[in-house]
Amino acid sequence: MSALPALLSARALDVGVAGRMLCAGLDVDIRAGEVLAIVGRNGIGKSTLLATLAGLRPPLAGTVQFDGRALAGWPARDLARRRALLQQAHDDHFASTVLDTVLVGRHPHIGRWADESEQDIRIALDALARVSLRSFGAREVRTLSGGERQRVAIAALLAQDAALCLLDEPVTHLDLDYQIETLELFAQLAHDEGRAVVMVLHDLNQVLRFCDRALLLTGAGQWRCGTVDEVLQADVLSHAFCHPLRELRDGGRRYFVPA
Amino acid sequence: MSSHAPVTTDPAPAQLLALRRRAWVLPLLAAALLASFALALALGSVPVSAAQLWRVFTGGDAGMAGEVVWSLRLPRALAAAACGGLLALAGALMQVLLRNPLADPYVLGISGGAAVGALLAMLVGVTSALLELSAFAGALAAMALVFGLAHAEGSRTPTRLLLTGVIVSAGCGAAVSFILAVASEQSLRGMLFWLMGDASTAVRPGIAAWTLLAGLVACAPLARDLNLLARGDATAQTLGVPVARLRLLIHLIASALTAVAVTTVGSVGFVGLVVPHLMRLAFGNDQRLLLPASALAGATLLLLADTAARTVIAPAQLPVGVLTALIGVPVFLFLLQRSR
Repeated sequence: MSALPALLSARALDVGVAGRMLCAGLDVDIRAGEVLAIVGRNGIGKSTLLATLAGLRPPLAGTVQFDGRALAGWPARDLARRRALLQQAHDDHFASTVLDTVLVGRHPHIGRWADESEQDIRIALDALARVSLRSFGAREVRTLSGGERQRVAIAALLAQDAALCLLDEPVTHLDLDYQIETLELFAQLAHDEGRAVVMVLHDLNQVLRFCDRALLLTGAGQWRCGTVDEVLQADVLSHAFCHPLRELRDGGRRYFVPA
Repeated sequence: MSSHAPVTTDPAPAQLLALRRRAWVLPLLAAALLASFALALALGSVPVSAAQLWRVFTGGDAGMAGEVVWSLRLPRALAAAACGGLLALAGALMQVLLRNPLADPYVLGISGGAAVGALLAMLVGVTSALLELSAFAGALAAMALVFGLAHAEGSRTPTRLLLTGVIVSAGCGAAVSFILAVASEQSLRGMLFWLMGDASTAVRPGIAAWTLLAGLVACAPLARDLNLLARGDATAQTLGVPVARLRLLIHLIASALTAVAVTTVGSVGFVGLVVPHLMRLAFGNDQRLLLPASALAGATLLLLADTAARTVIAPAQLPVGVLTALIGVPVFLFLLQRSR
């Protein structure tokens, strides 16, 4: 897997907001076929880093390259066809059906003078089926529960059909079964379909189970990046989350529980 | 993608596509507008029959009816319809720009600016073209002020834009009150009519009609981007929409449309608020349909309202803004009640 060239690579990247350094000198490569987790405490800069990697905000310093070209050099539409971002919040200011909301993901694929085709509708319906909402197409999004709304957002992201998926807390609001289903879906997107997936997760055990590598933000611009087993160690995590964690083993798998 | 079994009871993609397009809406609204035109041209102190109307437009000899239609009713009807379309289109754009279904074309201070310009002109006693020029200049000044303040620094959020607009409007309102207080008795009536919106003095309907057409053409290629903008700046930006540029462009277009409308017929209220809202409730929020549908429905509404304004208490005339408010307020309250 490491033989593949990096799809996204950050070099000497400084990310900060309002004079606060969130992440300093970050070097990270994200390759097709792998899942990278971003972990860290609330407010440590995970979402800001994700937005920077998505090209939505400029870094303080350093570079981010996508497929060999600096993010700033990508035309917005071309980039949108190849990298998708799942936001944390989904505001619905106006009424819209679920199908229309998912079709939003097709926008970068449709020419300025063209409209959605049957093919786009088919892709949107397939995406809904993948989040088990196939029959929800005609529903009004504002009548959905938080978890259902989150799955609609995931369907829109799937419809975007991007090689790089950046996900900000993809399993928030989801019931346990859908959490596992969603994480399995993204692991499958990476491992079987060769996409690159980066996700902000809070549950360390989900990181252990579904991710290949982890980037841990520890505050004051400090970070650690490596394989999940390298980065997720009880002592490091206890320090990073300001609470002692105990490691349990069951069969071949490791688990963390708060002490 | 995944290998799920197709569910046979679902509507096919082709059917869903046809359903979403709602191809019948625009022809229907266009027909309603044409019917309103016929009504507006036929009604009045000199009734014009359908047969006479036919002769007028086919070049036959219609006598006095021809004179009445060509030189009196048609220009006024055209002005009312064009301005109704302008206001509804501008309102629909403002609602996307501010992501607020309760925004209207005047929320960013443009009618306030135009009112100050128009009333100042009346105060010093100029009329006709100079008055319109002054109103237009006032609208542009208010637009430039809001624009400069709200887009000055990085944070171009809808909230900031809205607050700037509200404050500039309030300032213009104070200026209008001041002018009314110092104006002479005989100019007050004209001023009040202008403030309420009045199509009887509209002399150059062509400018409004062409502006409406230009606005629709300009918005057509932006409509799908606007659909995304309505869902939030971050969403739109992620999906490749040049958000900052689009916001700027929409603000400019909507302001220009509003400026032309208020210059032509004054601050006619409620058309720009109620019509896009109604169209959205009826046909959804796809701007590709919503923008032209709002323009057609706004044109129909103001044309009908103006026809009523000059016929219900004939020979006296009502300012058309009074009628749009009389229709608009209950409709809007009803919609608001229903959306709870």
